[in-house]
Amino acid sequence: MAQIFHRGTNTISRVSIIGGVLLIGCIITAAYTIDRGSFNSDVAVVKEQPVPFSHKHHVSDDGIDCRYCHTSVETSHFAGLPATEVCMSCHSQIWANANILEPVRASWRTGESLAWTRVHDLPEFVYFNHSIHVNKGIGCASCHGRVDQMPLMFKVNTLYMNWCLDCHRQPEKYVRPKEQVFNMAYQPPANQLEFGKKLVAEYHIQKLTDCYTCHR
Amino acid sequence: MKVEELEALEKPAIDPGTDHIVGPGFTNATVTDKIANVALRPFRSTPMVWFLGIGIAFMLMQGLLIGSAWLFYKGVGVWGVVIPVAWGFAIVNFVWWIGIGHAGTLISAILLLLKQDWRTSINRFAEAMTLFAVAQAGMFPILHLGRPWLFYWLMPYPNSMWLWPQPRSPLIWDVFAVSTYATVSLLFWYVGLVPDLASMRDRATKLWQKRAYGLFALGWRGSTKHWTRYQMAYLLLAGLATPLVISVHTVVSFDFAISILPGWHTTIFPPYFVAGAIYSGFAMVLTLAIPTRKLFHLEDIITSRHLDSMAKVMLGTGLIVAYGYMMEAFMAWYSGQFYERFMYLNRATGPYGWSYLMLIACNIAIPQLLWLRSVRLNVPILFMLSLVINVGMWLERFVIVITSLHRDWLPSSWGEYHPTEFDWMIFAGTIGFFLTLMFLFVRILPAISIFEMREVLHHIKHRHEPQPAPGPAHGD
Repeated sequence: MAQIFHRGTNTISRVSIIGGVLLIGCIITAAYTIDRGSFNSDVAVVKEQPVPFSHKHHVSDDGIDCRYCHTSVETSHFAGLPATEVCMSCHSQIWANANILEPVRASWRTGESLAWTRVHDLPEFVYFNHSIHVNKGIGCASCHGRVDQMPLMFKVNTLYMNWCLDCHRQPEKYVRPKEQVFNMAYQPPANQLEFGKKLVAEYHIQKLTDCYTCHR
Repeated sequence: MKVEELEALEKPAIDPGTDHIVGPGFTNATVTDKIANVALRPFRSTPMVWFLGIGIAFMLMQGLLIGSAWLFYKGVGVWGVVIPVAWGFAIVNFVWWIGIGHAGTLISAILLLLKQDWRTSINRFAEAMTLFAVAQAGMFPILHLGRPWLFYWLMPYPNSMWLWPQPRSPLIWDVFAVSTYATVSLLFWYVGLVPDLASMRDRATKLWQKRAYGLFALGWRGSTKHWTRYQMAYLLLAGLATPLVISVHTVVSFDFAISILPGWHTTIFPPYFVAGAIYSGFAMVLTLAIPTRKLFHLEDIITSRHLDSMAKVMLGTGLIVAYGYMMEAFMAWYSGQFYERFMYLNRATGPYGWSYLMLIACNIAIPQLLWLRSVRLNVPILFMLSLVINVGMWLERFVIVITSLHRDWLPSSWGEYHPTEFDWMIFAGTIGFFLTLMFLFVRILPAISIFEMREVLHHIKHRHEPQPAPGPAHGD
């Protein structure tokens, strides 16, 4: 009786054992990479904006406070985007004729708002409030990174739920004195965990991991 | 295939009675021929009844496809589930199917370890039934999720939400119990098939058939080394599968018993669920084995001895189930608990009283006929009884799920449950899917374990011969 399989089938069957394991490994690695990488999270991705606004220039070079533009960050869920008039409070005097600022002047003339592209965009099913974070000692830079060093704005954190929970489960890792919240260059002390625990008690930071805290 | 072989296929077989687990005159070669030819016969000599059966089953299966497609599109609202009855047909059917699956593991693992040689003719068959029943059962928990495409959230995997399944919930224990069961059943079934697939490969006449069987036979040559390792692997798998017979339905019963609902919160649930599972499993094996042995003339391999033994197992487990029902009624009275007592009276006389009466009739009253030897040996009556028990066991889960839920603690939230056409369509669809798989199985694979039948013949032949004197022991 002739053989029903070619001699090479032996090799194929042996390779397929190792190959199967490798294939599954590759699929898992690829899925993980896509899920956690910039492709999905937009971390470090610069988005197209109507005006190439530089936080680095305005914060580092000019020394403008975050709250000069993001006026409602201490009182509202929304930090607030500056009205065109806020831009024009300076730019009617300096760089008043710069081509790059033409969209701002156009907005001022017509009354039509500038349509910025959101960089930090949480899904609708998440309730997020800026004021509670700012008032309980979470610094701007803790979530938004060193904005004062970004010529163009991008995300440094994924805003995934595990990232939120990293702090919500252990706020003492990140909490800082209230007066340091807007300090971009703040460095945590060496005994942050101990110090943080003290602040958590002092600021009454609580109920951070109820589902209802964020999903209302 | 030669003409005389084809003619042999049509020859009716004679049941050798309850004293024999295999008909007279079989040799290793003829028993192999007989079983292998059920699958290897030419397409045109397939019995017409087979085509009719698979046709009906396949049409029924469309109900599952249409029903679940509409369910995915519209959501669980297409079912009859409304608060307070939030668990309807999906859970009833899940428990029913998973229970049916239990006979396979019991026959293949526990009866193997207990050296019951009558298991040999039916174990392959029962294992396939187990596998297909678990496949049906596995669909329902996924179908009943509001967002079924997120079913993988049931598994613990490193996710970007940092959320893990709740380990205190029996529903999560269920996921592990059922998936373990499915995996072990599949392995056990496949490992058992390997030597037979090699026999099929060697007997097949067409090259594509040789290749198909040969691929899955994994190069089995039947050498002594192969057999030694094989026996060890099979025994180990049997050992692994044995605790599963007890554990899986115990965990399923925890879905109910862990809650605080009257009618669910009972310690008798685990043993009585396990007994019920084996009860329904054996009923299903009989429901499938009786037509199959008739259709393919296997009466001399699946003999009255097998039917009789299975009927006795049904009688035994049926009595355990009856004890469970009795204890429920007794505890309702003895506990003096108002809610428990109300639940029991409502179950027996309330709006779903008809289902409770039918349940007692199908599961307790009618099966008492099995005490009679003449009933156990009467194949048509036994077949009818197996159908009655299948219905009864489905009703048991219906009664447990629906009557316990529809009367809540607060009379203001009382309600009733009415299954919709989609409930019925999907349920019937899984029966169709199950039968389709069974029809394909008996036509394509050896439905009876060939090599174990040869082993049985060997034992029968040498049983009455004088044993050789034991030689000096060899150290190894």
